[in-house]
Amino acid sequence: MDPLAKKKRRIALGCEGSANKLGIGIILHEGAIGSPTATATVLSNIRHTFVSPPGTGFLPKDTAHHHRTLFARLAKQALADAALGIADVDCICYTRGPGMGAPLGAVAVAARTLALLWGRPLVGVNHCVGHIEMGRAITGADHPVVLYVSGGNSQVIAYAEQRYRIFGETLDIAVGNCLDRFARTLAISNDPAPGYNIEQLAKRGGRVLLDLPYAVKGMDCSFSGILTRAEELAAQMKANGGKGPDGEPFTPADLCFSLQETVFAMLVEITERAMAHVGSNQVLIVGGVGCNERLQEMMGLMAADRGGSVFATDERFCIDNGIMIAHAGLLAYETGFRTPIEESTCTQRFRTDEVLVKWRK
Amino acid sequence: MAAAETQFPPPKVLTYPAATPPMLITQGAEGRLYKTTHLVPTRPCALKYRPPKPYRHPILDARLTKARLASEAKVLERCWREGVPVPAVYAMDPAAGWMMMEWIEGIPVRAGINAWLGERPEDGTEAPVVDDTPLVDLMKGIGTAVGALHRTGVVHGDLTTSNMMLRPREAGQANGDVGDEKNAKGKAVEGDVVLIDFGLATQSMSDEDRAVDLYVLERAFASTHPRAERLFTILLDSYGKTFKKAPSVLAKLEDVRMRGRKRSMLG
Repeated sequence: MDPLAKKKRRIALGCEGSANKLGIGIILHEGAIGSPTATATVLSNIRHTFVSPPGTGFLPKDTAHHHRTLFARLAKQALADAALGIADVDCICYTRGPGMGAPLGAVAVAARTLALLWGRPLVGVNHCVGHIEMGRAITGADHPVVLYVSGGNSQVIAYAEQRYRIFGETLDIAVGNCLDRFARTLAISNDPAPGYNIEQLAKRGGRVLLDLPYAVKGMDCSFSGILTRAEELAAQMKANGGKGPDGEPFTPADLCFSLQETVFAMLVEITERAMAHVGSNQVLIVGGVGCNERLQEMMGLMAADRGGSVFATDERFCIDNGIMIAHAGLLAYETGFRTPIEESTCTQRFRTDEVLVKWRK
Repeated sequence: MAAAETQFPPPKVLTYPAATPPMLITQGAEGRLYKTTHLVPTRPCALKYRPPKPYRHPILDARLTKARLASEAKVLERCWREGVPVPAVYAMDPAAGWMMMEWIEGIPVRAGINAWLGERPEDGTEAPVVDDTPLVDLMKGIGTAVGALHRTGVVHGDLTTSNMMLRPREAGQANGDVGDEKNAKGKAVEGDVVLIDFGLATQSMSDEDRAVDLYVLERAFASTHPRAERLFTILLDSYGKTFKKAPSVLAKLEDVRMRGRKRSMLG
């Protein structure tokens, strides 16, 4: 019998670096594996974000350098925060993909180093599955339709027969990418995050709703045309030629407001369609854009209309973090999953539905 | 009928004293379907209502509801004119979010096929010598209806066996020798196919869009009626005979199948 099955306490260290956040987290699982009484406890969750100047995005090379520079410091800090030693850790989990190649590679090398140095098995984790499992663990949502929205992904997901199946997704860029790039157009600060600053600015808008394209196709949607139109409007505004529907000049706040109202309405619509399709009335929002309170509010109104409820987490778990990788990795580890060192690669393309979810029925 | 269920207030048009008490038929993600009457109490009709979405900005909501209803009506009108089996549009108020259509009698094709399959043995325990003719005829009917739709330059966008009705034939039209047992059994899948729910329909003449439309139907059919999946080729064969460009659509369908809807994405 696997000695792990008898272990009452299992601890994993997770390393995340698929985009501009470097995150290291340590999670503790207690209770029999797979039993409903098993619990997950966050022992530490540390993050450091690479912030580029306003008007620019984060480049793979600089981001990988950021991750390499800070990895050792964050790993030490995570152990210290959890008051643990190397001997307490059962496995090392890392993000295999999807994400940006250079930062993913930097963190994969670092995780591999820890595994060899400490003599612990390695577990490669799908970033999207990490988000979903952490969201479920924190909110207690049992069988939700999941809206996963971040800088790189926009998907509507529901679980069926050992896979997280994608019911709808973006046909071009991710919604977070649309918001990030629009923030660059207006030279809005990237600190702490461009999306957060757009949200704050949007609260001052709302006098007018500017006409933007609305691109929903069944359960899929598209954001690139909206971005182009929003950039055109921003250019008109800068040239003092922009007039809103009421004939008055519009402001950056009005633009942010209109952009949010439009893209979030699209996301809520495709989520609602997926809920009707699979017959669920729970919805869980994960990913960096999921922090947005206006999106959470709109989703809440839709769910209430259907007699259901919305589950969301705060920035500690919505935004990329190490703890979600530790949690999803440990779930897989408990079912016997390992990533041998010679196969411990990373990949930019890794679909959510490629992962066999052995830990759920 | 306990029509105006308390949880969903019906649209204003159904609250006038002259209106026949409405009956809520279905509640989808998009809207609700009621059964009521048009002009005279003897003319039944379906009322499709898109209620305002509380989460959406009111201006955006009004714009979308109006545009979607108008485009749905336009597509239905075009199909009806060209002789595609669809419900006729009676009346509409896009600003108020409703449209009245011809009431289609009968059951959804999905229910008909399932009723037919339900009488068959679960696996090969019984002799599989069953006359499939009525089901084969239905498959041909679906292929012809979808072909007629595509010929007019419309793609449905959400073809499933739930979005097709099986309208009973008029007494005179029914097949000649009625009465024997076989015929009674075939009743479940007998009737004319009428396409409904054009909420996601678009106007397009491209092979690609038409092939995707067929692919959606193929996938939906396989997951809804796995035991009748082998008959899908009959549907495609009859589709292939409906218009000149149909064979090239079927060739394109091969490509679409290969591609699936899998797409790799960046994180």
